[in-house]
Order: sequence, then C-alpha cells, then structure tokens
Amino acid sequence: MNSAKPRKMRQAIGEGRWTRLTLITIALVFLGLMLIAPLLVVFVEAFSRGVGVYIDALAMPDTMAALRLTLLVAAIAVPVNLVFGVAAAWAIAKFEFKGKAFLLTLIDLPFAVSPVVSGLIFVLLFGANSVLGPWLDGAGIKVLFAVPGIVLATIFITFPFIARELIPLMQQQGSSEEEAAVSLGAGGWRTFFQVTLPNVKWGLLYGVLLCNARAMGEFGAVTVVSGNIRGVTTTLPLHIEILYNDNKAAAAFAVASLLALLALVTLAVKTLLEARFANSLAAQRRH
Amino acid sequence: MASAALDGARIIRWRRRSVLPGFGLSLGYTIAYLSLVVLIPLAGLGIRSATLGWDAFWAIAFDPRVVSALQLSFGAALIAAIVNTVFGVLVAWVLVRYRFPGRRWLDAAVDLPFALPTAVAGIALATLYAPNGPFGALLMSWFGVKVGFTSIGVTLALIFVGLPFVVRTVQPVLEEIDRETEEVSATLGAGRLRTATRVILPAMFPAILTGFALSFARGVGEYGSVIFIASNLPYKSEIAPLLIVIKLEEHNYAGATAIATIMLVISFAMLFVINMLQAWSRKWFGHE
Repeated sequence: MNSAKPRKMRQAIGEGRWTRLTLITIALVFLGLMLIAPLLVVFVEAFSRGVGVYIDALAMPDTMAALRLTLLVAAIAVPVNLVFGVAAAWAIAKFEFKGKAFLLTLIDLPFAVSPVVSGLIFVLLFGANSVLGPWLDGAGIKVLFAVPGIVLATIFITFPFIARELIPLMQQQGSSEEEAAVSLGAGGWRTFFQVTLPNVKWGLLYGVLLCNARAMGEFGAVTVVSGNIRGVTTTLPLHIEILYNDNKAAAAFAVASLLALLALVTLAVKTLLEARFANSLAAQRRH
Repeated sequence: MASAALDGARIIRWRRRSVLPGFGLSLGYTIAYLSLVVLIPLAGLGIRSATLGWDAFWAIAFDPRVVSALQLSFGAALIAAIVNTVFGVLVAWVLVRYRFPGRRWLDAAVDLPFALPTAVAGIALATLYAPNGPFGALLMSWFGVKVGFTSIGVTLALIFVGLPFVVRTVQPVLEEIDRETEEVSATLGAGRLRTATRVILPAMFPAILTGFALSFARGVGEYGSVIFIASNLPYKSEIAPLLIVIKLEEHNYAGATAIATIMLVISFAMLFVINMLQAWSRKWFGHE
C-alpha cells in the first residue's frame, strides 16, 4: 500500500534521468580507471609470461622465506593490537571520563605519521648511536635490521586499526546490556565474553582482517628497519620491490598477486559482513 | 578508610560512576601500551631533533634538495586531496542516492586502497602509466602528457591512496541527511541545484573537510605507491619520505631526523587548522 508513496517523493526531490546517468557514469569510469585497472594489471602481468613463470616465482626459496616472515610478523602484530583494541574500546565506549577526546587523538597518531617516519623512530631508538641499541647489542639482542625491528614497526603502523573499528561500534551499542548482566550477578569477564563479544564479533572480525592486511602489506616502515637482507629480513612487499628492481616484473607481479588476493578476500568478507550487519541492525530496531 | 573515601570522591570528579567493572584495568592497559608503542618512540624523535641544535636544523631544512622534496610531497598531496574531494563526494553521492546494478561491488571496491599493499599498487600504477604502458602511451599520444616518472605520476599515486578517506567520511553523513529538508526546499521553489548547494552541501561540509584532511595527511607521508611511478630524481620527482630513506642509507641520521620533524610539524599544524575550521563550520551551519 505504502510502496508507491516513497517513490513519488523521491521523484519530487531527485535529479533528472540524464543527470543521474551522467553522475553514475562519471563515478564508474573514475573508479574503473583509478581502482579496478591497477588491480587487473596485477593479475594480467603476473601471468604474462605463462603459468610456469608464475609458479616458479612463488616456489623460489626467497619467496617462501618472505612469506614465512610476513606470516610470522602478522601473527605477532595482530593479536597484540587485538588485545589493545579490545581494552581501549572497553575503557572508551563503556565509561565516561575526562580527556577521552584527547586519548582518541593519541590513538589515531600512527595514522598521521608517514610510514617512513614510523620506521625512522625505531632506527633512532635502537640504532647504533642510540641509548638502547648498544646496550641490547651487548646482551646479544639484535632489534634493528632483524625480525624484532620489523615486528615493532608493524605493530606501530597497525596500532589504531582494531581500536578504531571497535570503539564506534561499542559506543553505538551503549552499555545497558552489560549493566543488566552485572546487576544479575555476572562478573566482568563473563559479561565481556557472553554479552559484549557476541554483539561486536563481526565488527571485531573486520578490524582484525584490516589490521592483518596492513600488517602483511606494510612497506615504508619495514623498508627502513629491515636492512633488506635477502631471505632473512625481507617481507613479501620488500621481496616484490627487489624482484621489480631486478627487472623480473612478471615474478614481482606473481608475488604481488598473493597480496592482491589477500586484499580481495578482506574486501569480500567485509561486503558479506555488511549485508549481515544490516540485517542484525534492522532486527535490533524492530525490538 | 577516610582516605579511600577521599580517593573515591576524586575519581568520581573526572569520571562518571558506572556499575561496570574493569575501568582501571582497561584504561591503565590502554595508556601503558599506547605509551610504550607510540608515545615513547615518537618522543624519541622529538628529543633527537632537539639535540641537533638550531643551526644544524636550519641548514638541513633550507637545503634546496630538502625544500624541493617537501614542496613536491605537500604540493602533490594537496592537488590529490582536492581531486579526491571532488570525485569522492560525487562517488559517495552516487552510492547513497542511486540504485543501479553493481552498486554493492562498486561500494566494496572503494576500500581497495585500504586493503591493497602500497608496493603492489605502486608497481601496478607504474606499469599502467609508464610511457610504454597501456594508459601512459595513450595519454602521451592523445594529449602529449607524460605521467609515469614525473610529478604527475606522483599525484596520481596519491589520488589512489587517498580516495577512500573522502568517500568513507562523506557517505555516512549523506545517509543521515533528513530528506524532508530537501522536500521543504523544493516546495519553497528552490531548483535542484540550489537545494544541493544551499541545503545538502552545508550539512556535508564538516565531513568533506575531514575527508580532505585525512586524504591530504595520507598523501604527504605516502611512500610505497609513489617510489615506483616516480623517477625519484632530486629536485624533480623526489618525495620527502624517499629523501628520509636516502639520508638513512647514507647514515645521515641528523638529516633524516630533521626532515621527519619538519614533515610531522607541518602535518600536525595543518590537521590542527582543519580541526579549528571544522569546529567553526559546525557552529556556523548549526550542527551539534
């Protein structure tokens, strides 16, 4: 009965057909040229010399070593930032206190710092002419131009991702459900795991995926702290750079296609989650 | 007993009382981890920069190669942010207001620069826009414009990395806009264009500013997607982050520190100004 009414109203305040078509076309062409074309080029170039070259590039010992290092770095950086993200979101979304806006600004800081500068601060902190560097060297711990430095720089770069995804979500949901759980006698941890976590799990999953994509793909910060020792401190993005500069473009794109695939999976999961989100949000509104 | 009660009173003054547990633990952990991972390392940069001394600092800051690298980084980021603001608002509008086949896919594609590693984007853009690449050759023969290995290429890479920031900040605001105001404007006799510029645009203005600022800040610091498409020639297409990497490779820590400090100070100053502008525009247009 009502369905005809909104359509009529939309016409009253909408644009003409040609304006609409023109705007949609501009958006499609712009996004196609700027976003889709570079993505397609990765896969086209990766297979440009045939499947054999593609498989060889992936099976290279250096590629395998880079893949292992990238997985290791992400396996440390993501959980560490996950714990922080959850703690920060609990403090910021469930309580009212002074200085909250300032704290949020500080959490966003790594977004505003150039990746190269993020790497530089760890070079200054652990380098040869720093206070900590020689002292750790004496203890036999190598941070810079070694795996710990890469992990630290990656943690810095991916620091805000999960917190930034969780905070608005938990703020939007309020704390009445948690208050009910606590007044019914549930402890803090039980409230978190049985009330809060089920409410935010999809948002949390997307935050983790985004954090992971960035952790595996970080380039600028890792370039600065890695020292590019082949097969030892090269992550996948650094390995791509080495291959590309060695004029092995097809091999570089083959390795790049792995990371592009990771990006595609991340975006696909996000799109699916959003469809799911929309339903659960609508369900909440119906209550 | 009495001192505990006093402590309680003091705590209540800076935070509202809540029945939920875990405030101390979660806030304490947040601040400790934030300090350890972000604040202390960043402070290290400030301290290192302060020990350089003014003379050494200014000598690096006004070195012509440093000045031209900073000009390129900030100039290209500014142009990219302006392009992204125009097209980002248009894309957000199309995604929110129109229904057409493939809209969901288009919406998902907008996040691609967030998820695609910058080095991957860098080699892809370099291949597309190189003078013998598919787009590069076309632009060369049609318009005589050389994109790859020039400052135009740098700007193009920055448009790529900054685009989602504008779309994703404007989109939710556009979804929230009360369409009744537009109807009122239309019934009062305003044309569609007048409604757009006088009713819709002011409501979106703070979000547009935020998107612009984020896109700009990201562009200034961007490294991975740029170095492949730029020829990285000093004075021509050498960006400031690359110059930091070069100084570090030369073990010139003072030079790298000084350039990084200048970049951070200018970026923070611009974000501060934009925050002020935002507060002002909220007041002016009567939001919140």
